[in-house]
Amino acid sequence: MIWEPLLLSLRVTLVAGVLIFTLGLGLGIFLARTHFPGQIFVSTVLNLPLVLPPSVVGYFLLMVLGRGSPIKEWLGIDVLFTWQAAAIASTVVALPLMVESTRAAIAGVNPEWEDAARTLGSTEWELLVRITIPIAYRGILAGFGLSVARGLGEFGATLMVAGSIPGRTQTLPLAIYDAVQMQRYGLANAMVMVTTTIAFLLLWWVRHMETQHPQSQRRQPV
Amino acid sequence: MELTVSIYKRLPHYDLDVSFRVEGETLGLLGSSGSGKSMTLRCIAGMQTPNRGMIVMNNRTLYDSQRKINVPSRQRKVGFLFQNYALFPHLTVAENIAYGLNKLPRFVAQQRVREQLHAMQLIGLEDRYPHQLSGGQQQRVALARALVTEPDLLLLDEPFSALDTHLRSELEKQLIHTLSRYRGLTLFVSHNLEEAYRVCQKLVVLDQGKIIAAGDKQRIFDHPETLAVAQLTGCKNCSTLQRLNTYTLRAVDWHCTLQTIEPITHLHAYVGIRAHHISFFTTADDQPNTFPAWVVWTSETPHRMTIYLKLGTPPVNADDYHLQAEVFKEKWDQLKDRPMPWLVHLNPARLHLLQG
Repeated sequence: MIWEPLLLSLRVTLVAGVLIFTLGLGLGIFLARTHFPGQIFVSTVLNLPLVLPPSVVGYFLLMVLGRGSPIKEWLGIDVLFTWQAAAIASTVVALPLMVESTRAAIAGVNPEWEDAARTLGSTEWELLVRITIPIAYRGILAGFGLSVARGLGEFGATLMVAGSIPGRTQTLPLAIYDAVQMQRYGLANAMVMVTTTIAFLLLWWVRHMETQHPQSQRRQPV
Repeated sequence: MELTVSIYKRLPHYDLDVSFRVEGETLGLLGSSGSGKSMTLRCIAGMQTPNRGMIVMNNRTLYDSQRKINVPSRQRKVGFLFQNYALFPHLTVAENIAYGLNKLPRFVAQQRVREQLHAMQLIGLEDRYPHQLSGGQQQRVALARALVTEPDLLLLDEPFSALDTHLRSELEKQLIHTLSRYRGLTLFVSHNLEEAYRVCQKLVVLDQGKIIAAGDKQRIFDHPETLAVAQLTGCKNCSTLQRLNTYTLRAVDWHCTLQTIEPITHLHAYVGIRAHHISFFTTADDQPNTFPAWVVWTSETPHRMTIYLKLGTPPVNADDYHLQAEVFKEKWDQLKDRPMPWLVHLNPARLHLLQG
C-alpha cells in the first residue's frame, strides 16, 4: 500500500523537479541580470505561492486549468484530476524558492568576472555557461534541493486540482491524511517515516551545499 | 599603433569629457579617486557606453556615436587588468590564462599558456586556484590572462593598489619589463603620481572628469600650470597670490612677498613650491625670498624628515604653519641644532605660478 503513493510522489516530483529547475533557473537569471519597470511587481507575484494558503493557490490553478479556461476550452487540454495536475501544483508552490535562491546566487557573482570574460572574447551565453553558473552553482543547487523538498510535501493545492484518487493522484502527503482518517496508523507511521527521511536528506544536502565551500569557490581576498 | 579617444559621458556627480591620443608609448591616466580615470578605461574596454564621442584604435572604430558603432567588448581586442585582478575563482591558474583561447586548436592554446607561464614566472603554479596565490602571483596571472590573447590595447586599472608596499616596487619592475616586450599600446590608470611617473612616458591628468594637463611627464611635473595639477603631482605648498608687479607677488597664505623669474600674469591665482625645493641658509646674504622661520613640528620617515614651518613669527600651536619642507636625514642632522628662527629660502626658479 505504501509503494503506490511513494512511486506516484516520486513521479510527480521528478516532473515537477524538471519544471522547477528549468523555469526557476531561467527566471532567477533573468531577475538577477535585468532591470525593467515593474520588476518588483513580477517578483512579488512569483513569490505569492510562498505565503498564500494552498487552497488559494489551488483555486487559481483551477481557474487556469479548469472549465472555461483557455487551456481547457481552446487547446482541449484537460489535466485536472490527473498526476500531471499534481506535478503542476507542486511546481507552482515550490518555484519561488528556486527563483529566489538562483537570483541571489547569480547576483552574488562579481560582475568584474563577467567583464573580464567579455574582454577575453566571451559572448553573453558563453560567459553564463563558463563563468556565472559554475560560480553560482552551489546556491542554485541549494535552491533546487529546497524546492524539491517543498514540492514533495505539497498537499493543499494538489488536493484541489488533482484530488486524492488512490493509485492515480494520491501522493504521499494525501495518502497519509487518508490513512489517518481511516485510523490505519501503522500505514500512516510508515509513510510519515519515509516522507520525513526523504525531506531530511534533501535539507541536509541543501545545508551541505550552502555551507561547505570548496577552496576554489572562495572569493579572492580584496 | 595609435589610439584616439574623444568621449563624453554624463555621470551622477560630474560629466566625463576627455579627448586624447596615444601613439606607441605607455600613457598614464593620473587623477584622484572619482576623477573619471577608471570610467574612461571602462568606456574604452566597452564595459560602459559613453553618451557621445568616438574611440578609434589603429583605424578600427570601436565606438562612434554619430555612426552608431559600438563594438562589443569581446571584439575590441583589449586586455584589461582589474584592480583586484578578477581571476575566475573556479578555474586554476592555467585555466584562467587559457580562458580566452578556446577558439584555438588545443595544442596551440596549450603552447601559448606555457609561454605565458614561463614569461610570468608562474611555472609550478598552473594547477593552483587563485585564492592559493599571493597578491603578486595573482597579478601576474591576471596579466598573463590579459596578454595571452595578444590584444591591441592593454588597460591597467590601478594594478598595484591591492598590494602591500614591499611588493609594489618588485612588481612594478616586472610590469615595466613586461610592457617593454608588449607590442600593443598600454593605458595605465593610477592615483599614485610616482608610480605613474615610473611606468609611463606620457601623462594625462584628470580632475572631475576633465583633462587638466596632458603631455610629457617631466614637463607636467616641472611646470604644472594649474593648482589641481600641482597638487596632484605632489606639490605640498600652495598659496593664493596677489600680483604686485610683473616679477613680484604677495603669497597671501604664507604672509610674505616673493620675487619670481617667470613673469606673473593676471591668470595666475596661486603660487606653489615643492617640499623638497625649500632650502635653508645660515646667512641672508641679500638673497631674495629668504625669510626667518620657526619649526612648528616635524614628521619622520625612514630616510626623510618633513618640517612644518611658520614664516615671520613664532607659532602659537601645532596647526599654525605655512610651509612643509622635506629634507634627507643627513641634512636634518646638520639643521636640527641651529637656533630659531632659521633662514628659509624659496628659490625664485623653483616657484610654480599656477592658474586656478
